[in-house]
Amino acid sequence: MSKQITVPFGPQHPVLPEPLHLDLVLEDEKVVDVIPTIGYVHRGLEKLVEKREFTEYVFIAERICGICSFIHSQTYVQGIEQIMGLEVPERAQYLRTIWSEYSRLHSHLLWLGLFADSMGFESVFMNAWRLREHILDDLEATTGGRVIQGVCKVGGVRRDISPEKLDEMVRGLKGMEHELQDLSKVFLHDNSIQHRLRGIGVLSKEDAYQLGAVGPSARGSGVAIDIRETGYAAFGKINFKPVVEYEGDCYARCAVRVKEMFTSIDIIEQCAKKIPDGPVDMKVTGAPDGEYFSRAEQPRGEVIHYIKGNGKKNLVRHRVRTPTFTNIPPLVTLLKGCDLADVPVIVLTIDPCIGCAER
Amino acid sequence: MMEPQLITPIGVGDVVTKAEQAKRDGNRLVQIGCTKIGDDFEIIYVYDKNYQMTSYRITVKQDDEIPSISGVYFGAFVYENEIHDLYGIHVKGINIDFKGTFYKTVIKHPFSVTIVKEDDSCQNK
Repeated sequence: MSKQITVPFGPQHPVLPEPLHLDLVLEDEKVVDVIPTIGYVHRGLEKLVEKREFTEYVFIAERICGICSFIHSQTYVQGIEQIMGLEVPERAQYLRTIWSEYSRLHSHLLWLGLFADSMGFESVFMNAWRLREHILDDLEATTGGRVIQGVCKVGGVRRDISPEKLDEMVRGLKGMEHELQDLSKVFLHDNSIQHRLRGIGVLSKEDAYQLGAVGPSARGSGVAIDIRETGYAAFGKINFKPVVEYEGDCYARCAVRVKEMFTSIDIIEQCAKKIPDGPVDMKVTGAPDGEYFSRAEQPRGEVIHYIKGNGKKNLVRHRVRTPTFTNIPPLVTLLKGCDLADVPVIVLTIDPCIGCAER
Repeated sequence: MMEPQLITPIGVGDVVTKAEQAKRDGNRLVQIGCTKIGDDFEIIYVYDKNYQMTSYRITVKQDDEIPSISGVYFGAFVYENEIHDLYGIHVKGINIDFKGTFYKTVIKHPFSVTIVKEDDSCQNK
């Protein structure tokens, strides 16, 4: 038996934009055990429900993460609306759906760029981020914010999108599609990338399910969990199928994200066709009295906002279970048995968002 | 409107049994979360199968010890370490026990205290 050594990975590492630490126990070049550590930037944002009124808290919920910001605010307000029994105008539900799919697009493009960079494909990284700029431009034009949109509120949304702008957005996305196809070809068919990703970091379907994997980490292993299928916001009125791959390796997780971009464009196009006229918000009175687990599908997977109120202006509890948090145990499992040189690529394929995990 | 949710109260002694039952029934562990209510702590275990959530609630005091379900669901260790570090509740038998170092907080068990508000009337009337 080889002598075991422990190699620290992170919290500062070239492939990690945020601090995650792994103690990698090695025998020669093989990883035999992994101890994950987070908690370097834990902010305790959930505790602020005791200081901020539940309507103000939307802005804090949105600041949990700079990538999934819109979906955090959407999930939070959905929970409040459910407790208070509010029927949010249908147009607002469609707008939320459109913006959440824009969030998915920009998150996946961000990830594809970072992933390409981690493998040394700098031109692909720049191309992915160039395309992401178009998405951010549309988000800014329609919400006023590129990173933090600030457009969700309890009872609806703060802004509407005109029919002309919606047409322009769809035309822009359709125009972008061939460029996304070119980008996809690199990730799905390039020999070097396939060599780097195929058969690496395999997570079986059973492990993915039992360990609590969500999002592309689960769907890349054949576990077809996509909370959008529950029909929240306007997803119940949209036709779409979750993207599922079955190999469970790094390539499969990458392929899920690549293909999901086209699903998102299709969803936005359907929303633009089906969105009804009408108001985008409603008057809200009173305060939530009850509890609810509000769920949504973020780019990284299922997010849960648990909300408990007692009829007063401050909530009793707001707890967020983020996708990265629940993807840590699967990460531990899929790193065991891999080569040390593959660790950075494998870690990136769960798309860790420490900002979310350290809410 | 979304689906109605029911949280079933159970005793501390039933936590592992319910986890084993949930696993046998093909559920995944969705989350374990803690809420401080007065001097008590509510811990909610949430399982899911085909988007149907099953939730169990236990109510404990801070000095109480609760059993770990990480022997049933390996991934439970992240939630159980979190509950220990933020609320100070001891969880017995966690498979990966960080012994209070999962979160590095300036204040020990920061979520075990509640900020008292003098005025709690709602402005949103």
